[in-house]
Amino acid sequence: MSVQIWTFVFVFLTFGLYIGIAVWSRAGSTSDFYVAGGGVPPLANGMATAADWMSAASFISMAGLISFLGRDGTFYLMGWTGGYVLLALLLAPYLRKFGKFTVPDFIGDRYYSRTARLIAVFCAISVSFVYVCGQMQGAGIVFSRFLEVDITTGVIIGMAIVFFYAVLGGMKGITYTQVAQYCVLIFAFMVPAIFISILMTGIPIPQIGFGAELNEAFGGGYLLDRLDGLSSELGFAVYTEGQRSTQDVFFITAALMFGTAGLPHVIIRFFTVPNVRDARRSAGFALIFIAILYTTAPAVAAFARTNLINTVNNAEYAAMPEWFSKWETTNLISFTDKNNDGLIQYVGDPERNELEVNRDIMVLANPEIAELPNWVVALVAAGALAAALSTAAGLLLVISTSVAHDLMKRSFMPDISEKQELRSARIAIFVAVLVAGYVGINPPAYVAQVVAYAFGLAAASFFPAIVLGIFQKRMNKQGAIAGMTTGFLFTATYIVYFKTINPAMDNASGWLFGISPEGIGTFGTLINFTVASLVARFTPEPPEDVQAIVEEIRLPGEAIAR
Amino acid sequence: MSDKNAHEYWKSNIRIVLSLLTVWFFISFVCGILLVDVLDSIRFGGFKLGFWIAQQGAIFVFVALIYVYIYLMDKLDDKYNLNRDADEAAGQARKESEDIR
Repeated sequence: MSVQIWTFVFVFLTFGLYIGIAVWSRAGSTSDFYVAGGGVPPLANGMATAADWMSAASFISMAGLISFLGRDGTFYLMGWTGGYVLLALLLAPYLRKFGKFTVPDFIGDRYYSRTARLIAVFCAISVSFVYVCGQMQGAGIVFSRFLEVDITTGVIIGMAIVFFYAVLGGMKGITYTQVAQYCVLIFAFMVPAIFISILMTGIPIPQIGFGAELNEAFGGGYLLDRLDGLSSELGFAVYTEGQRSTQDVFFITAALMFGTAGLPHVIIRFFTVPNVRDARRSAGFALIFIAILYTTAPAVAAFARTNLINTVNNAEYAAMPEWFSKWETTNLISFTDKNNDGLIQYVGDPERNELEVNRDIMVLANPEIAELPNWVVALVAAGALAAALSTAAGLLLVISTSVAHDLMKRSFMPDISEKQELRSARIAIFVAVLVAGYVGINPPAYVAQVVAYAFGLAAASFFPAIVLGIFQKRMNKQGAIAGMTTGFLFTATYIVYFKTINPAMDNASGWLFGISPEGIGTFGTLINFTVASLVARFTPEPPEDVQAIVEEIRLPGEAIAR
Repeated sequence: MSDKNAHEYWKSNIRIVLSLLTVWFFISFVCGILLVDVLDSIRFGGFKLGFWIAQQGAIFVFVALIYVYIYLMDKLDDKYNLNRDADEAAGQARKESEDIR
């Protein structure tokens, strides 16, 4: 069977599965819709969290990014996993004990203030929205490449599927489809990785193959030594050495960690388990499930890079395999024969280099480059779609709950019935899907860039406000509001300044203390903490009943009644 | 639970969190970023140690940290008799009465 038919089979089967789950897990109450009734077992929640968290970017782009960044790619690996330690130790158990529906719920109640709640709603919606557009774009690319439909049709199919199970099932539907999507995406990521590891090193565990010796066919010697050698021979940066400044890597890693712990769609997953003990356990499961992919990705990066250089460098253009021309038509790979010798020169010197390779290709085309069986190639499409759709659904739910619960029920229309609130939540998801789909089809230039900055913004706004709310009983609404506002504005201004107003200065010498816009969220986080603590010191302490809430969430045990 | 107990529980909780976060900071920021070039002079198999910690080792340590946290907190909760929800407590009681029989 051809790749095309295999792809149709896999996509059809997995989509059927998601729809089946959606029908089975319809939401009947707002509690079902917002937090899956609070009855998700920790193992299932761990899988759902992993799928929620690992987006199109983790699945499609990350290994490719690392294979071009070498050791500098480390900040993605440590940043996007280390954040779970913060989440597990500093946030998840206490927020579960607090036992409400959304992150703005916590901010609004803990800081006894509608203003704080509204700021939190604004941050949650802007962070989630920026993020969801990227997912829709990812789904569109996969459809257009693997199923050869145009991007618009691809995005519409993706929207329809997400719409169906998110609107019908709310958090309950999303949770159990995410469990299925995790299984699909991890299988789709691991199978090609294991195949390639066996092919190149003879070892079926990619994490070990990463440090092993290559087979004779690939030139022998340790993989990483060979890759370092090839890189310096061709004038690329040495793979296992860093290029960025140490302080920049430090700040980017920290920003990604704080951001991970502050992302509302991840935090709300911990509201769905029965109790505090289960919240801790599901954080553990989540990180294990994420670590399976995250420890494999750097191995895939090294395998793919070595394999790409071996296959294309100084090879005859006319003799390139089929995948090469297929990816050329999508513009993800392009060749210009500068010296007209009919050979591909793939080198570090931009004057002589003849091959431009998009980073996304490293995962998407990797199985083809390694000549793996057709069904393995097709699996990647189903996996990438699972990753994009599962994250999109989680984000859309945050947007919908922020509108229906925090804006309407808790801020402006406290008298609406549960039925009306549920209907508003469904309408909000519907509108959010349409807008996200529109942006996915017509991506404004800045969306793709801004996705990476969602982390900095989440780090600088939510993370300190939540941590202080739990660990500093004295923290009051004035402090929290001042901290969130300054942190968010500082980070957003810095990013906008370098990315749109003055891009000419966007380099190490123009940056503040040599910190790139990717890493500035760490600085924003520190500003938030400092401003909040200073302001709180000079303003009245929070009322008695709020201090009692803080005492209460610090102790596990019976959850506060919903 | 008395205020004194609650206070002590919280102090032990903070101690656990702070010591685990020290390890978290040390393995990722100190070993994986600040000292990575120094550690790279040590090799095992095909890996340089600093590079391996940055791209693999730190992630394994993160997982271990969460499990140590779960273990320590379970023990602490048991010591203060916390975190038994209704079901669990009922199950426990049933089991105990069976044991007696």
